Amino acid sequence: MTLQIELKNINKAFDDHPVLVDLNLGIEEDEFLTLLGPSGCGKTTILRLIGGFETPDSGSIIFEGRDITHLPPYLRPVNTLFQQYALFPHLNVYENIAFGLRIKKIQEAEIKKRVGEMLNLVNLRGFDKRRVESLSGGQQQRIAMARALVNRPEVLLLDEPLGALDLKLRKDMQVELKRIQQETGITFIFVTHDQEEALTLSDRIVVLNEGVIQQIGTPIGIYNEPSNAYVADFVGESNIIEGVMHRDYDVTFSNHRFVCVDVGFKTDEKVDVVIRPEDVEIVSPQEGMLTGRVLSCLFLGVHYEMRIDTGNEVYLAHSTIARDVGDTVGIRVIPDNIHVMRKG
Amino acid sequence: MKHFKNLSAPYVVWALIFIVVSLFMVIFYAFTGETGQFTTQHFVRFFSGSTLGTLFQSLKIALISTVICLIIGYPLAYIIAMSTSGRYRATAIMLIVIPMWMNFLLRTYAWVTILSKNGILNSLLRMVGLGPLDILYTDWAVVLGMVYNFLPFMILPIYTVLEKMDQGLIEAAADLGCNKVLTFVKVIFPLSLPGVVSGVAMVFIPAISTFEITALLGGNKTNLIGNVIEQQFTVTGDWHYGSAISVVLMLFLLVSLFFTDREERDKVHASASDMVDTHQDVAFPETNQQEVHYD
Ligand SMILES: Nc1ncnc2c1ncn2[C@@H]1O[C@H](COP(=O)(O)OP(=O)(O)OP(=O)(O)O)[C@@H](O)[C@H]1O
Ligand SMILES: [Mg+2]
Repeated sequence: MTLQIELKNINKAFDDHPVLVDLNLGIEEDEFLTLLGPSGCGKTTILRLIGGFETPDSGSIIFEGRDITHLPPYLRPVNTLFQQYALFPHLNVYENIAFGLRIKKIQEAEIKKRVGEMLNLVNLRGFDKRRVESLSGGQQQRIAMARALVNRPEVLLLDEPLGALDLKLRKDMQVELKRIQQETGITFIFVTHDQEEALTLSDRIVVLNEGVIQQIGTPIGIYNEPSNAYVADFVGESNIIEGVMHRDYDVTFSNHRFVCVDVGFKTDEKVDVVIRPEDVEIVSPQEGMLTGRVLSCLFLGVHYEMRIDTGNEVYLAHSTIARDVGDTVGIRVIPDNIHVMRKG
Repeated sequence: MKHFKNLSAPYVVWALIFIVVSLFMVIFYAFTGETGQFTTQHFVRFFSGSTLGTLFQSLKIALISTVICLIIGYPLAYIIAMSTSGRYRATAIMLIVIPMWMNFLLRTYAWVTILSKNGILNSLLRMVGLGPLDILYTDWAVVLGMVYNFLPFMILPIYTVLEKMDQGLIEAAADLGCNKVLTFVKVIFPLSLPGVVSGVAMVFIPAISTFEITALLGGNKTNLIGNVIEQQFTVTGDWHYGSAISVVLMLFLLVSLFFTDREERDKVHASASDMVDTHQDVAFPETNQQEVHYD
C-alpha cells in the first residue's frame, strides 16, 4: 500500500464558521475509503477540496507527492460522482459518458469502445440513445458512474451516491459499487452518513464529527474497538454507561464491579463504558451480574431487541430468545466485551 | 389546478373576442374586395408590387437589430447571471427593466434630440473634435431605436435560463476536464439555447412589425412593412390591402418560428414574461395577433 493523497493540516471555514479544523488524512492507493459522519460534519467539503471545487484556508493537498492544493478541477486526475448525478440534459446517454473523452480529444473508435465497456460495466447495454431525463434514479446513478469511470481516473470521489435510492436498489447498488471498485482498482473516496453502508463497503472508515477526525480504521476495528464514546455511539448501537476505572482490569458501573481487559487509566478515573447490545447476555436473575426488568421486547427479524431497566440505567440487548415485558432477568457481560473509554 | 378551471372562463371569452374574432376579421378583410366579394387580388398586388421589397427591407433591418441585440444581450445576461451576489443581480436586472416603465414613444422620441444635428451626440463629438454624425432619419437610427427598445426582451429570457442553470452541471464539466471556455462551449451555451430562441423571437417579432420607431427615427426616408400597413389604415383607408399585408407577415413569422422547439421556448417564455410585464405597455396591436397565432 502506498500513500496516494495526503491532506495536511487542512483548515477551512465558511463565513467565519470553521468547518474543518487542522485535518490530517492519508489515503492509500486502490482502497475503498469511507468518510462517515453526521450531516454538516464536513464530508462534502473534504471531497470538494480533493476535487478542486474549494481551496483550503490553510494546509495543503498532496497527490502522489505533488502539491495540488491550487490546481483547478479540470487538471486533477480525479473524477466525482455527484450526489445529484449532474448528468447533462442536452446530451443523450452515450454523449454523457463520452463527454470527458471528447474533451481529451480521444479518437472516435476508442471512445466508442470505451463507452461500450462502461455500459456493460454498469449493466445498461443498449441505453446509448436514451435521453437522460427518461431514466430512473438508479439508472441515472449508474450513468453518472460510467461517465466518471470512463476517464479511468486514479481516484473517484463519491458523494452519497446512493442517497436518493430506495432501500432495495440501494443494497443492489452497494454490491455493484464494491464490484466495480474491485474490478477497476480505482481508489474510491466515498461519503455517507449511513454507518451500515460504511461498514459493508469500506476497506477503511474515517469517522468525522464537526470537522474533526474521531477515528480511522477498518470496519471491524472501528466497530469492535471504537476509540471514544462518540464513535461507539455513531457506528452501530451501543450502551454507553458512566463508570469509574479503579485500576487496570477493574471497573465499576451500574453499582457493580466488573473485570475488564483495559489498562492504562489513572486511579479511580471517571470513564465511559461501551457495551454493544449483542454483547449483553440475558440470563436468569441468579446468574446475572446485574438484574433488571424487561421494559420492551421487539422482534427485528433475526433477533429480539430488548430494553432492560436495572434501576440506574436502561440497557439495550439483542437476543434470539424473547422475554416477556415485566420479567426480571439477569445481565452478564464478559470482560472482552467491556470497552472502557476516556471521557471525551 | 382543476379548481381554477371555471375562473378562467372570463379570460377565454376575452381571448375569443379580442384575439380570435379580430384575427378572423383581418383574414376576412384580406380576402374580400370593396363590395365584400371573395378575392385574392390584394395578395397578387402585394407580390407583384413594391411592397414586397419593403418586406425584405424590414426583414433585413429586423435581422440586423436582432443580431445586435443578441451580441450585446448575451454577454450582458451572462455577466449578470454569473455574479454570486444576489443583490448585484437584482440591481442589474432592475436597471434593465426600469427604462421600460417609461412610455415607449417618449423613450424613442428622446433619441431624436440626442441624434439630431445639434443634439447631444453631435455636441459631444464636436467637443472632442469629431463629427458631425448625421444618422438621424437613416436606417441606422431605426436599428439603434430597435436595439435600444428591444434589448431587454433579449436579455431577460437569456438571463432567466442562465440564472437557473444547475451549478452542479458546471462543476461536472470542470470535473470531466473542461476549462472555463470549454465549459461555456460544451455546457452553458447549449443549455441556454432555449433562452436565446425565446429572446430572438421576442426581439424579431416586434422589430419586423414596428411602425413607431421607423416613423420617429427613420423620418420619411425609411419605410418598413409596419408603416405600410399603418398607412393603409390611417392614410389610404384601404383596410383590405392592409389586412392582406398583415396576413402575409403573420404567415411569414409563423413559418420562421415553426422550426424552433416550441415546448422549450414556452417554458422560458412563461418565466421571462413574469419579469417582462412591461411587454403590454409597449402596445403593438399587430404583434399581439401574431403571438397568439404562433403560440
Ligand atoms: N458554500 C458554503 N457556504 C457556506 N457554508 C457552507 C458551504 N458549504 C458548506 N458549508 C457549511 O459547512 C458545513 C459542512 O458542510 P458539508 O457540506 O461539508 O457537510 P456534510 O458533512 O457533507 O453534510 P451532509 O451529510 O448533510 O451532506 C455545514 O455547516 C455547511 O452549512
Ligand atoms: Mg454532503
